[in-house]
Amino acid sequence: MDVWFFLIQLLNGVQYGLLLFLVASGLTLIFGIMGIINLAHGAFYMLGAYLAWWLAGLTGSLVAAVVLSLPLAALVGYVIEALLVRTLYKRDHLDQVLLTYGLILIFNEAQRILWGNDVHGIAMPTAVNWSVRLTETLSYPVYRVILSGICAALAVVMYVVIAKTRFGMWVRAGASNRDMVAALGINVKLLFGVVFAVGAALAGLAGAISTPISSVAPGMGDTVLILCFVVVVIGGVGSVKGAFLGAMLIGLADTFGKVFVPDFASFTVYGVMAAVLLWKPRGLFA
Amino acid sequence: MDFVKGLSRRSVLQVGAMAAAGASGFVPTRFAIGNTAKVKVGFLLPYTGTYAGLGEAITNGFKMAIEERGGKLGGREIQYVAVDSEANPAKGPENTNKLVSGENVDFIVGPVHSGVALGMVKVVRESGTITIIANAGAGAATGPLCAPNIFRTSFTNWQTAYPMGKVAVDRGLKNVVTMSWKYAAGEEALSGFEAGFTKAGGKVTKQILVPFPSDEFQANLTEIASLKPDGVFVFFAGAGALKFVKDYAAAGLKSIPLMGPGFLTDGVLKAQGEAAEGVLTTLHYADALDTSENKVFRAAYAKAFAKEADVYAVQGYDAAQLMVQGMAAVKGDAGAKPALIEAMEKAVIKSPRGAFTLSKAHNPVQDIYLRQVKNGKEIVIGVADKALADPATGCKMA
Repeated sequence: MDVWFFLIQLLNGVQYGLLLFLVASGLTLIFGIMGIINLAHGAFYMLGAYLAWWLAGLTGSLVAAVVLSLPLAALVGYVIEALLVRTLYKRDHLDQVLLTYGLILIFNEAQRILWGNDVHGIAMPTAVNWSVRLTETLSYPVYRVILSGICAALAVVMYVVIAKTRFGMWVRAGASNRDMVAALGINVKLLFGVVFAVGAALAGLAGAISTPISSVAPGMGDTVLILCFVVVVIGGVGSVKGAFLGAMLIGLADTFGKVFVPDFASFTVYGVMAAVLLWKPRGLFA
Repeated sequence: MDFVKGLSRRSVLQVGAMAAAGASGFVPTRFAIGNTAKVKVGFLLPYTGTYAGLGEAITNGFKMAIEERGGKLGGREIQYVAVDSEANPAKGPENTNKLVSGENVDFIVGPVHSGVALGMVKVVRESGTITIIANAGAGAATGPLCAPNIFRTSFTNWQTAYPMGKVAVDRGLKNVVTMSWKYAAGEEALSGFEAGFTKAGGKVTKQILVPFPSDEFQANLTEIASLKPDGVFVFFAGAGALKFVKDYAAAGLKSIPLMGPGFLTDGVLKAQGEAAEGVLTTLHYADALDTSENKVFRAAYAKAFAKEADVYAVQGYDAAQLMVQGMAAVKGDAGAKPALIEAMEKAVIKSPRGAFTLSKAHNPVQDIYLRQVKNGKEIVIGVADKALADPATGCKMA
């Protein structure tokens, strides 16, 4: 158990955390700003992955596939908000849960009909298909480093947009007092539609860019969904900053849990959540 | 208007009730049902989620075998009832009950997940419903929980892993790290390997179990690299197998031979691409098996379903063969259970994997093949263990 081993595991944890942040950030946006519990968030993650796989097959390029799948995921998100979710803002959370749970079933069935039940994978683009040798036996795939870079960059972009721009101001205001924002002449309907679409696109992006190091398979959204909720609850509902810290915490807890307390590995993530909630019942930043 | 509508609805109900009463007068007695009513075959398989593809393949294989044999069981038409097991062990007993009590099926075919199988076995041991396990390799189902009405046309987790132990030692691998998900199938496969491996003189340096169905392996791959074993034996299937093999290669661990039960590459080999090169696996079937039965089977399957057959399709296919042989012996009388069970026990299944018989515990006695990925194709190197029977520890057939 030398220092190198520890540092590499730290890197693993941070990298996993960054990826989790990307998926969970969309959920916390939708949850915090619109008050919608979107159980279908994992389905958007799956949609992104399947779109990327399908488009990569058509275009032969992963970059093109990711770039194309992004607006498609956003569009699906926008349409779902406009047709279904919009009618539920005044209803209680249980109705929203029912609707978005139904969406999971519909997405899963649509996936089965459109793309079948087989497990797929995308070959790593040759340009990034190399590794950095870390130790005598271990290499680190460079794509994982790139992935972390993309996630970190998006975290910064989200921070700037939310903290420094007018749009971000509306979003923050909408999160604290929806009616007041509407009274001040902001088109809340459109704002919410856009936020939902952005949330869906973020989940879709996470699914799409992780395809080369992951698998594209039925039900892939379900496991992600649970982790997303853990991250969001730890971070505090609606807080992007909280989601970032929560994701880091979970990424590290999962990684070190698997290595140091393997018998409790399935529990470490929830143990961390329980501990945080005992200390701050509303999450880190709520 | 409303009045008229109400009246017409009522009269419709009356007609319906009369029709139903009339029909019930013609329902034949139980004995006569034997040759006229349809045989009910229930599928308890995953049709959604990670294992959905497996459920589909088993169903396809089963129906294909039935169609090839005239579409009937002992001269009777078949009615299929499918219940989505969701590969959810918690719902195993409940879903089995849907078929046993709700649908009153004559046969159950399923499931994929070992956890579901254990729940199912508890129910059918009570009900006596003839059950053919078409995938789940949980040893207990043909071990401590075995029963006259429970059959298996797939494998036990032990069977697919034990032969690799000797193979590893023969190849000079003395210290091996094993890894799997922490659930019945994975743990049984790892202990099967360990039994064969230590018997041949090898030593398992470390066993790593990760939560099911987590597929974030990076932390454990780092651990494996620091342990520097001679070889690594893993049990993973489906999406997890695809990801593990890719991650293993990307972590630069390819210099350490990777082994496992054949599920590591089956069905996901193409998606794994170069990463799977050289992976050694043992299984009771191989797509590339060079026998005429296998070639005919694969061609027919590809024609019928426009996709390649896999080991799951074979297991479904053989489940149907077993049922056909049993039902032929009792001429379609599914109620004659002792005779039906006896006929099924004696069946010789001409499987695409090679002919096999059933052990006393109702598990296939079958050859286990050693396969390796070469140039993107699964090559059959040879038979790792001939006519291997599961030890069926703890099975006392009542």
